[in-house]
Amino acid sequence: MSYLMIFITAIFVNNIVLSQFLGICPFLGVSKKISTALGMGMAVMFVMVLSTIVTYIIYHGILLPYNLTFMNTVAFILVIASLVQMVEIVLKKTSPTMYQALGIFLPLITTNCTVLGVSLLVMQKDYDLAHGVCFAVANALGFTLAIVLFAGIRERLSFVVLPKALQGAPIALITAGLLSMAFMGFSGIGNW
Amino acid sequence: MNKTSYDNFTRGIIRENPIFVMMLGMCPTLGVTSTALNGLGMGIATLFVLLLSNSIISFLKNLIPYKVRIPCYIVITATFVTVVDLLMAAYFPNLHATLGIFIPLIVVNCLILGRAEAFASKNTVFQSVLDALGMGIGFTLALTLLGLVREVLGTGSIFGWSFVEEGAETMLLFIMPPGAFLALAGLIVLVNQLRGAHK
Repeated sequence: MSYLMIFITAIFVNNIVLSQFLGICPFLGVSKKISTALGMGMAVMFVMVLSTIVTYIIYHGILLPYNLTFMNTVAFILVIASLVQMVEIVLKKTSPTMYQALGIFLPLITTNCTVLGVSLLVMQKDYDLAHGVCFAVANALGFTLAIVLFAGIRERLSFVVLPKALQGAPIALITAGLLSMAFMGFSGIGNW
Repeated sequence: MNKTSYDNFTRGIIRENPIFVMMLGMCPTLGVTSTALNGLGMGIATLFVLLLSNSIISFLKNLIPYKVRIPCYIVITATFVTVVDLLMAAYFPNLHATLGIFIPLIVVNCLILGRAEAFASKNTVFQSVLDALGMGIGFTLALTLLGLVREVLGTGSIFGWSFVEEGAETMLLFIMPPGAFLALAGLIVLVNQLRGAHK
């Protein structure tokens, strides 16, 4: 599969949030303002690319040769959790500005299922490292696109008067549903 | 059963239902509930992991150092998720294939980590088991209900048993991704209304 196709399918056709349902918690939780949504998206991109590379090396360097593939859930989640912790420490020391921008989102990312999900999908799809990294970048972009669009709509929605039962989660879910419906328009691309 | 135990058990089922009230574990909720059976399968898998991880974490709570508690919880959960993953692959290969990546992702279900942090790390093993059972049953019921609604509207069947004639037009939207969001929104509105009327 060409790199371009990976990008188009991951961002639009099989959007990680709106059609794969990964990362719904940050999608609903950190999407009240466009700026925070963008910060979350960038933090996810950073961690996702790093963790894809590291889990790829662990999977092909340790788990496969020693026939330990059944351990991949345990190994991956541990690697991701410690990676996030390490990134936090390194950023704090080396780049305070970046830490200020991404810092508060980093702890949340450990339990963001997009990161583990993408690492597992790269193994399942049997990508090589370059394709895997490309897949990670594309999915992070797809996540950012979805969450920023959603935050934009929610910023407007906060001015609307709603019935009590619809306030909060239900209206957010309906908005996400409509957004997902819009993204369904892309389905079929890539089947040529 | 005394009052606290009863309270710990029933809390998760309705009053603090993980999905309709606390909004935890949204990814599998939306991702696998295209039929009631899938919802039920996912619910039971999560219940199983939650039950085991809650009881083990509660059992080890005095041994786990406070600073590294989250990685410890995650490793314990991941172990049981692997167990469930392998068991399902062996005994329910069809369901395992349908649920796919959402089974390993039980590890990052906020419900499990949330209960470990908020309940199991502070309470006795017995109470933690009750809490896990309550929360797990609440989660399973909610997933099955959502699956049922989507299946009835989307394909005109209940647990795979079809009640419309073949080729009838059903609301296919509901078994597609947007339908998941819309059906869950509808159910939450209903729950909010009922809770509001109850107060």
